[in-house]
Amino acid sequence: MLRHNHDRIDPKRRNVVDHRRKQFATPQYKSVDYPYRLNFYADAPTADITLEQFEQWAIDRLRVLAELEACSFRNKSPAETATHMKSIIDKYLPLDSNTSSSKIALQRQKDHYSHFILRLAFSSTEDLRRRFTRVETMLFRMRLASDDQNERNSFINSLNLDWCNSVSDEEKAELASELADVSPRRTNIEEETWFKVDWERVPDLVESRRVFVKRGMAYVPGREQSSMITVEFQARLEKQLELTARALPRLDEDDRLTPILNHLSKNFITPDSAYMSGTSAPDGAQISAANIDNLSQHFPACMSHLHRSLRRDAHLKHFGRLQYTLFLKGIGLSLEECLMFWRQGFHKITEEQFNKEYRYNVRHVYGDVGGDANRRGGGYSPYSCQKILTEHPPGPGEAHGCPYRHFSKDNLEALVQAMGVSDSSVLKGIQEDKAKNQHHMACNRVFEHLHQNEIKRAKAEEILSSNQLVTIVHPNEYFKRSYLLKNLDSAADVKMEG
Amino acid sequence: MPHSEPTDTMSSPQAIKDEPMEDNVAIPGDVAQVANGNDVDMAEKETDLAQDKTKLEELFADMDSDDEFSSSAKPPASSPPVAPISAGDLSQAKASDPEIMRSFYQRLFPWRYLFQWLNHGPTPTNDWTHREFAFTLQNDAYSRFQSYANADLLKKDVIRLVPTRFEIGAVYTTSPRDKKTLRNTSKFQPVGKELCFDIDLTDYDEIRTCCAKTKICNKCWQFITMSIKVIDLALREDFGFKHIMWVYSGRRGAHAWVCDKRARNLDNQKRKAIVGYLELLSGGAQAVKKVNVRRPLHPHISRSLEILRGHFQEDILDAQDPWSTDEQAKKLLQLLPDQTLNDSLKRKWDAAPGRTSTSKWADIDAVAKTGASKNLDSKALLEAKQDIVLEYTYPRLDVLVSKRMDHLLKTPFAVHPGTGRVCVPIDVKNLEEFDPFEVPTVQLLLGEIDSWTGGNDEQSKGIADWEKTSLKPYIDQFRLFINGIIKDEKDVSVKREREDDSMEF
Repeated sequence: MLRHNHDRIDPKRRNVVDHRRKQFATPQYKSVDYPYRLNFYADAPTADITLEQFEQWAIDRLRVLAELEACSFRNKSPAETATHMKSIIDKYLPLDSNTSSSKIALQRQKDHYSHFILRLAFSSTEDLRRRFTRVETMLFRMRLASDDQNERNSFINSLNLDWCNSVSDEEKAELASELADVSPRRTNIEEETWFKVDWERVPDLVESRRVFVKRGMAYVPGREQSSMITVEFQARLEKQLELTARALPRLDEDDRLTPILNHLSKNFITPDSAYMSGTSAPDGAQISAANIDNLSQHFPACMSHLHRSLRRDAHLKHFGRLQYTLFLKGIGLSLEECLMFWRQGFHKITEEQFNKEYRYNVRHVYGDVGGDANRRGGGYSPYSCQKILTEHPPGPGEAHGCPYRHFSKDNLEALVQAMGVSDSSVLKGIQEDKAKNQHHMACNRVFEHLHQNEIKRAKAEEILSSNQLVTIVHPNEYFKRSYLLKNLDSAADVKMEG
Repeated sequence: MPHSEPTDTMSSPQAIKDEPMEDNVAIPGDVAQVANGNDVDMAEKETDLAQDKTKLEELFADMDSDDEFSSSAKPPASSPPVAPISAGDLSQAKASDPEIMRSFYQRLFPWRYLFQWLNHGPTPTNDWTHREFAFTLQNDAYSRFQSYANADLLKKDVIRLVPTRFEIGAVYTTSPRDKKTLRNTSKFQPVGKELCFDIDLTDYDEIRTCCAKTKICNKCWQFITMSIKVIDLALREDFGFKHIMWVYSGRRGAHAWVCDKRARNLDNQKRKAIVGYLELLSGGAQAVKKVNVRRPLHPHISRSLEILRGHFQEDILDAQDPWSTDEQAKKLLQLLPDQTLNDSLKRKWDAAPGRTSTSKWADIDAVAKTGASKNLDSKALLEAKQDIVLEYTYPRLDVLVSKRMDHLLKTPFAVHPGTGRVCVPIDVKNLEEFDPFEVPTVQLLLGEIDSWTGGNDEQSKGIADWEKTSLKPYIDQFRLFINGIIKDEKDVSVKREREDDSMEF
């Protein structure tokens, strides 16, 4: 870094003399020390760093966040994620407790700065903000969980959260039985500290009925306090990002930072949006309404079940239609063909009813109608496994969702057998995966079993590279790969030609 | 009469005036008092008149003059009755007939109270002017993002368009009508909406045996009754909401509108949290066991279970008889944990066909006691039985209505086009007495106005059309409900004013 001429005052540290302007000049230079490992990122950093550091730190943090997001797409449990992330975090963004290393000041500075750099990069659009908040919150939650008990307590105390009241002993005694019913480990109600907060503070605990709620107040056991802290972290970050977004156009900047920031945000695209652009069919595949029955042998269990349900009932409920239409769109079925497919599928209803109740939705999904944003964006993107697994679990009479997650054991077995799996060891493996909530593992297991010969051949002849054979986390990927494997000869031809 | 000003004369069809609604808004306190005073003799008059439904002459005195409502000009005060629809026409007319709908909106729909309810005060605020309305028009076109400066403009538009369905949406940051003119659409965001719930009997098709699809009877209406009990109690006790209105949806379900300020301001994530808290049944058609709850039971679940147990005996086992056939009984056995016990139960039922569900339910414990299964886990059996009770009785919500702020829901007091029944509020205090088949239809109500002969001109001048019909008790109930909201709302604003005052000194 260049040494400044000491006679000149650095513009950033120049004293603002005008008293009227003084109030707007808040980011005064302020040296920061980091007493805690965790950080709520309330104050922006003001010290100088080099451009190289700026870029390198941001990229390092981005690596960590991208990996975290990938973990959530693969539906990993918090414990699995923590183990998986450990090596990556140690490499790119280590953060040690007060007692351990001597480098903590530097580590914490890097954590602090990189967070704020990424804030700049990810505040521009609603979508980026949402994803950034999500992964940053995940990172915070993970760090909070791994923090030393004493340090965590002092950190939480330093936050001065005024909404967190402890429950008095009398009240505790009065509500003893209710409180006991929400403590799974039957701990002693008297000994545990309980907090009474507005239920809006802990929506996730309320949603999963892990707290007792009375008259709008949630009774939160001490060990769930981290959940409240995380929610607070998320809420503050969301608010801050809004502010950053508003300030961004006024970022008085030359061309040093903007290219870096743009580059950063572009490298953080959603995995499932990748299917938006690549909606083309695999080479040589005939994707038409008439051919879907034939192609359905390449469908993953979720889509296969939707297809079967449609053929059986000549009807699907809303989310079933949505999930299936998007998938069909993703495999390259055109809007006209798709409308024809649904029209023929719903053969029990009249033309008029179809036009009235269903046609619009299909067109909306394809971006043919609807608001400006929808039409410009070409409709919705096909659902990833993550989305199917976590959003809108099927209710009574609905056929969407992930069979590995939402079916009972017996019905799942029947479905998988109908798809052509009869090997008992595979069936057993599926049930084990299901029991461990590793739904995509079960799905990949079925895929590998159904395509075992082709995969062997593909590997032997090196038609498909090994990174084309990683775990499937998208139904459309399942189809594409299945189609390619079952048509290896033509794929090989294409490869030769290409 | 809800308001004592003599200016409001809605009594005869000739005298309908296009007055701005807010002129008539009475002070809530007065409303309640006057209403109570009139309740008794009104009710008597109604019963006298109810028998006399065939007198329908001159009912639609001003019906065919469409133009007068599309223009803002006042109709001539003395327009003579033109071509009234004959009595035969009315009783045979479908509820979806635009003319029927138009007279309903014109003469019976409680516009003023709808306004007060959504506006939370007498003068139009953003709560009203930024509120979205949506219409399904006669040609099935769907028109969203309508908004109105006052209730009168809304009324005029509805009478002009005669929508088959008219729905209420959220309050937005700006007037929804101006949405298209906004440069930055991301600034157009919903900021408030009542928390709504929808329970529909179609979601019960797999467990109700009496009816299917759009049909209902008093037996399956009990599903709605018990659902309302459970949800209402949880919203009041657990979440502390006070202003909850349940509305009959016109055919086979009920809607809840939670109107507390705190509920209206919830964002989507928190709405989702409440839904998750209340929702119990999971898994689609392919999941055999739909109830999987943690033990010990959450206080909300155990309380609901207590409420539902009585219903299970009466309304499920006795009335629905869900496991009478072998096929159905198999479904029951699938839900029980012990294989040996199941086998002996199956033998017993095969030997004596035709046992009712009540006896089969009792058999489970009886056979378990005989020690048919050596390694019977009695705790698991008890829990399975609890789960079964919950599966057959616990409320099934249409969750999409509740999860999103910008979701639209049919307005109270709308007419269901299929049944002609008015979407009236359900009195939760007398929930058991509510009978969907006694809800007045639009044809009946229009008949009632006409056959009303109470009092001389002097008295009838101040009486609105709805007061002459059996819609009156429902509108009175709606009014009381609104008064409660407005009172709470006012308390808050008074407090705020006081705080502001103290700031000055």
